Amino acid sequence: MSDKAEDELDILEEMKGILESTNSDGTSLVTLLQAVQSHFGYLPREAMIEVARAKGESPAAVFGVASFYNQFRMIPPGKHPVKMCMGTACHIKGGNAILKVWETKLGIGEGEVTEDRLYSLDRVACVGCCAMAPVAVVGEEVYGNMMPTTVDGIMLAVELAEKRDREQEEQGPENREEAAQE
Amino acid sequence: MTTSDRDARVEKAYSLLREVSLARYKSDSKDDLPVIKVGTATCGRAAGALETLKAIREEIEARDMPGRVLEVGCNGHCYAEPLVTIHKEGWPPILYGSVKPGVAKVLVQRFLGEDDPCFEYLLGGLEPHELVPALEDFPRSAHEHRSLLKHCGVIDPDDLDSAIRVGAYGGLARALRMDPEEVIEEIRRSELKGLGGAGYETWRKWQACRQSSEPERIVICNADEGDPGAFMDRSLLEGDPHSVLEGMTICAWAVGASRGTVYVRAEYPLAVEKAREAIARAEEAGLLGENILASGFDFHLEVFQAAGAFVCGEETALMASIEGRRGMPRIRPPFPADRGLHGKPTVINNVKTFASVQRILGQGWEAFARLGSGSTRGTTVFALAGKVQNTGLVEVPMGTPLRQLVFEIGGGIPEGKLFKAVQIGGPSGGCLPESLLDTPIGFKALREAGAMMGSGGMVVLDEDNCMVETARFFLDFTQKESCGKCTFCRLGTQQMLVILEDICRGEGSMEQLDLLASLAEDIRLGSLCNLGKTAPNPILTTIRHFRDEYEAHILEKKCPAKVCTALMSYYILPDKCERSCDACVGSCPTEAIWVNAKRIKVIDQALCIQCGACLDACPPQYKAVVKISPLADLPDLGEQPEESKQPNGEK
Repeated sequence: MSDKAEDELDILEEMKGILESTNSDGTSLVTLLQAVQSHFGYLPREAMIEVARAKGESPAAVFGVASFYNQFRMIPPGKHPVKMCMGTACHIKGGNAILKVWETKLGIGEGEVTEDRLYSLDRVACVGCCAMAPVAVVGEEVYGNMMPTTVDGIMLAVELAEKRDREQEEQGPENREEAAQE
Repeated sequence: MTTSDRDARVEKAYSLLREVSLARYKSDSKDDLPVIKVGTATCGRAAGALETLKAIREEIEARDMPGRVLEVGCNGHCYAEPLVTIHKEGWPPILYGSVKPGVAKVLVQRFLGEDDPCFEYLLGGLEPHELVPALEDFPRSAHEHRSLLKHCGVIDPDDLDSAIRVGAYGGLARALRMDPEEVIEEIRRSELKGLGGAGYETWRKWQACRQSSEPERIVICNADEGDPGAFMDRSLLEGDPHSVLEGMTICAWAVGASRGTVYVRAEYPLAVEKAREAIARAEEAGLLGENILASGFDFHLEVFQAAGAFVCGEETALMASIEGRRGMPRIRPPFPADRGLHGKPTVINNVKTFASVQRILGQGWEAFARLGSGSTRGTTVFALAGKVQNTGLVEVPMGTPLRQLVFEIGGGIPEGKLFKAVQIGGPSGGCLPESLLDTPIGFKALREAGAMMGSGGMVVLDEDNCMVETARFFLDFTQKESCGKCTFCRLGTQQMLVILEDICRGEGSMEQLDLLASLAEDIRLGSLCNLGKTAPNPILTTIRHFRDEYEAHILEKKCPAKVCTALMSYYILPDKCERSCDACVGSCPTEAIWVNAKRIKVIDQALCIQCGACLDACPPQYKAVVKISPLADLPDLGEQPEESKQPNGEK
């Protein structure tokens, strides 16, 4: 069986759990899709079809709702999703230049994911920290007063954390086998 | 239950609740202990408040000191985040600004340990004191009138007791002892208008809903604060959620609703968390849910997390999204008060409106109506951002002139730059120039000047901002956020954006200015909701007040503010560049700066992304980096030798 088919089976299996834990009948479709996205990090196609089945709607209707809202994404995010705020205050304080720095440093455009799936880059309308403009959100962390050079610092911090994780994984006896296989 | 019966029960239940709360609050705080409050709302966190919080906790523990550390919301002084307030015996509560972890440790050691209030870090005392300068003596506080934000940054939003201590739910207890009609009458006399932007009289919505023949009614709080540049609703929900819940419950009593929803924007995860927590606390205390304050009245409240669509701030689109559909507005009437969520009569008000309701019922309509001027009563909150010294949330009485807000409360423009315009009302609003700065804040006056209250975002622009580019930014936003239902909004904004992009690239023509004006009128007439109707505002006001900038872009291919990237370049003046200094080279994120044979730095224009890092990095004694527009003025850069070229742009 190919990897892809296996993934699909996994998704179907996990969707059963999600639909059982939320009362899919009485819950708003938007809320249901949020639950799916918070589980997978994005909305897999198979998952949306399952949601449609549970709600008694056509997959097209579900996709129509999902594609309407900015929050929903159809491809998996990077491990460290970067969201650059593009609100008014961030814009006039040079947020677009910071976005360009991210694009250059990561080698991807907005809405894309790096090849190693470490980063994804998106713009958000406003995170509501206008007094700290320009603002970037990396993972859960909010960075205020961004400068073009801050991008380097953040990427370095991520790199160090990644390196530490890798080392810990290699040292951990229970993970040694997995690491060797990779 | 008879009315007087209900009165007595509510009174008894509320005074008992208050007594227990106060007793618990006292025994927790033991009053004589120092209390340290750290502002950990989203804006504080962006400035590193969580590290500050950790440092304070560690230091207190390490030194085994007495002291209680609380997490509070944002008090509006965002320019000085992270903010810490220390209450200590013998001193007034003192507010400290820019408290990084290092400073935090110093404060614990020196103020808590050695009774030295560290004057060098303080912003001001919150009460008068002979040694500590009081915050209210600063110009900002003299003009401010904090009513809605009064408790933000003062109380612990997760702790119901601390909210009750400052009077929370007193307004509800009063409302429950009144007849619903009396409550609506109280709101009518206060002249409260919806603070979401439209300025519709609140009591009329309530009255319409109350008079509906359908028994099941719904209350919705609109916290879908989508306007980029506004964040007061977030701040209120994060800092003082109980005032909003209380306002909603009062509304539910007045209109006879049994269910309610707080509709919070997707981008505000912390506000969602705080609102949910507050609902749970209020339910435990019998302030929400069944038989509220023993009155026999039931009201169930839940939080709905939106999914990120600007148009969902429009009430019919908001309801569509709760119902699980695409958030598209529909024709009104029927108004929501008639047929709203799931077809039930629904009252939808903004966060600040509900918080105002809480104040009106708590302190009486007279106190509220005393504030403000002309036809607009009460206070309003502005999110002051952009090129202004003291960014943050400010609350002023209606009628305050804009000039006072920008220059006295906001402290003017940083770095001695010149004021250019103030943008009010977000993508629906407009840009007002210096000559209109004496406009008083109010729904009518601002609309006449070409802007609008909108959500209260106020972004100050200085001489370094290009008005054409600013108009393009807003249009780009509305064009992306148009739901697509109305043709003029969907396609008209697209056409306007294309024209503005042309102008920003120096490829526009004067005829296009007239085309913009006629398109604007068509879009206004041809759109169902205010997203489309007001989308042309930023363009119309900038053309009206800054026509010379449009003309410079079109006729001279020049961006006077040197912002539009296609019309400007960064350039290093060879006679000013210091040969031994490499500051700009290190600062460039794209390695676009090379060094020529004379050790003068030169910018490779093909690699430059115009971020301005080199301009900031160049030491002030050289000031060698300049911006040049039009491009025709850019001197010859000379040939870059092959061997000095950086391995570039491996995409």
